[in-house]
Amino acid sequence: MTSVSVKDLRLSFGQVTVLDQLNLDIQEGEFLVLLGSSGCGKSTLLNCIAGLLDITDGQIFINGRNVTWDEPKDRGIGMVFQSYALYPQMTVEKNLSFGLKVAKMPQGEIDKRVARAAEILQIGPLLKRKPSELSGGQRQRVAIGRALVRDVDVFLFDEPLSNLDAKLRSELRVEIKRLHQSLKNTMIYVTHDQIEALTLADRIAIMKGGVIQQLADPNTIYNAPKNMFVAGFIGSPSMNFLRGEIAADAAGRPAVVAGGVTFSLDGYHAGETLVPGRKVVLGVRPEHVKVDEPGGTGEVHEATVDIEEPMGADNLLWLKHAGHTMAVRTAGSRRFSPGTRVRLTFDMTLASLFDAESEERI
Amino acid sequence: MSDRGHLKKTAHLAEVPASWESGPRGARPRRLLSTRTIVVYGTLFVAAAYYLLPLYVMIVTSLKGMPEIRLGNIFSPPLEITFEPWVKAWSSACTGLNCDGLSRGFWNSVMITVPSTAISIAIASINGYALSNWRFKGADIFFTILIVGAFIPYQVMLYPIVIVLREIGLYGSLSGLVIVHTIFGMPILTLLFRNYFAGLPEELFKAARVDGAGFWGIYLKIMVPMSLPIFVVAMILQVTGIWNDFLFGVVFTRPEYYPMTVQLNNIVNSVQGVKEYNVNMAATILTGAVPLLVYFVSGRLFVRGIAAGAVKG
Repeated sequence: MTSVSVKDLRLSFGQVTVLDQLNLDIQEGEFLVLLGSSGCGKSTLLNCIAGLLDITDGQIFINGRNVTWDEPKDRGIGMVFQSYALYPQMTVEKNLSFGLKVAKMPQGEIDKRVARAAEILQIGPLLKRKPSELSGGQRQRVAIGRALVRDVDVFLFDEPLSNLDAKLRSELRVEIKRLHQSLKNTMIYVTHDQIEALTLADRIAIMKGGVIQQLADPNTIYNAPKNMFVAGFIGSPSMNFLRGEIAADAAGRPAVVAGGVTFSLDGYHAGETLVPGRKVVLGVRPEHVKVDEPGGTGEVHEATVDIEEPMGADNLLWLKHAGHTMAVRTAGSRRFSPGTRVRLTFDMTLASLFDAESEERI
Repeated sequence: MSDRGHLKKTAHLAEVPASWESGPRGARPRRLLSTRTIVVYGTLFVAAAYYLLPLYVMIVTSLKGMPEIRLGNIFSPPLEITFEPWVKAWSSACTGLNCDGLSRGFWNSVMITVPSTAISIAIASINGYALSNWRFKGADIFFTILIVGAFIPYQVMLYPIVIVLREIGLYGSLSGLVIVHTIFGMPILTLLFRNYFAGLPEELFKAARVDGAGFWGIYLKIMVPMSLPIFVVAMILQVTGIWNDFLFGVVFTRPEYYPMTVQLNNIVNSVQGVKEYNVNMAATILTGAVPLLVYFVSGRLFVRGIAAGAVKG
């Protein structure tokens, strides 16, 4: 069943149109991540769903109900903000119960819900404290608790972890995932952090310029990006792009010639026939290139190590190969000194091929 | 024996650490009488004296009797301290026909200042809140008009306001003056509150909306409790401004409602009889005492609020 549905949404401020003809269906219990760089309209879209921004055109449905003109409180949503947005003059307990008090809920029910949220998020000992006496992680827990007590169907997260330091971020990320697994609510989560998107999401919607570029599960997004923007945005370091054109290799099968070197497309599933001479971009992720591995199938390319970046778990090599600079990931135990000649084999089953003109996947 | 040797060795090390390079080490020495300190403290002293000297003369003169004042030593402390001028200034100095001193003007000023301050702050804070958080259609135009109002000289508006007040039957009354003060406080106070509220995190406002609080709920339960400093700033601005006002007080009220400042003027500028400098000084200090007290009590909050309102928005 569809939990949240956005139909032909348009939002403009005067002459500037931020979102146009945007459609999005989110299933019940789904964890959807809106991913994009700042200014891509992802937070704007979330605010539209929450009812904090009045939309220009289109409709929004939550649980099958048309909420387009409803106030935020009547939409059955809870929201968590980047800056926590806790009421500074109230204790944690008052922060949690504020919305319920406004809704004139009986005190007994309020106490029950606050106690339940405090137990789930393990903030029981903090209930009597003011937000200023809490650490960043604790504050964000309280902010999640404030959405929790409302007992809503849909949770909206607006970059909830961006204000935390790296260690806390990864801890709370796991907790949000655990929360989703136990509550099974629909969650919409806005972030610019691809790690959060890949780890948390059931589906990711990558946005750019107010347009959803690709909406798919993390695996598809990572391995079969729909266009060059998605391919370049996801993955760190980003995908290697080799510009060239379609040709036939020695055996007459389709290949890409880039920088005078031929890359056989053996194993690549193209969605359309590859006409020789077509200008294309071959995309290869750093971990899909093998370095100096014996017995590999397919053709072998020679390259020179330019820079080595050891990262502990793995070792990133920047190689010079036929005029390109290419990033390649190897095991952390393997070391290469600059200037070394290495032999590369490419895994074409995991590569991506884009049209040079439209930048769409072929 | 060994202990003593050890102690001796460490003491020796503290004096001249063998492993350290010679040259500067530790905190940089500061000379007590450098050019910098002399200039800084000298300037501060001159500025302080410049402002404090008149106050000193006023206090000293107000505590002297008239014969002593006639000697002409205005800087010398009183030989014989008397509080007579203070009592006279408060309760029996003559202004026109009345001879009941400044006390009448004091209570008039209280009755003008308290409602004007309260009403103008209440309205301006709601204005500022609406302008910064509820972006209604035409908000910018409305705000611009309000700010332009702040730059029109008061003198231009005096006569039209007199006519307006006369037409609605409030000319010469205390409530008429309260209304005028409230209106004239509106532009600057609205600007102050708007900028302060604009500086508060917008997400707080959004969170309160998701929690279901409405226009008044957010204002009273979220915004006001967070905005004590700016309320204090507004209060100080209004109390001092309205208390010190002379022009509106003399134009829009009848003599029995004259505020303290107008009465002070009438006492000091009376052309008949002897100039009682000591009474004049005492009356002036009494009139200025209220704003002074407000500053002393809430000065720290004032600075904090001004800084918070000024930097953001």
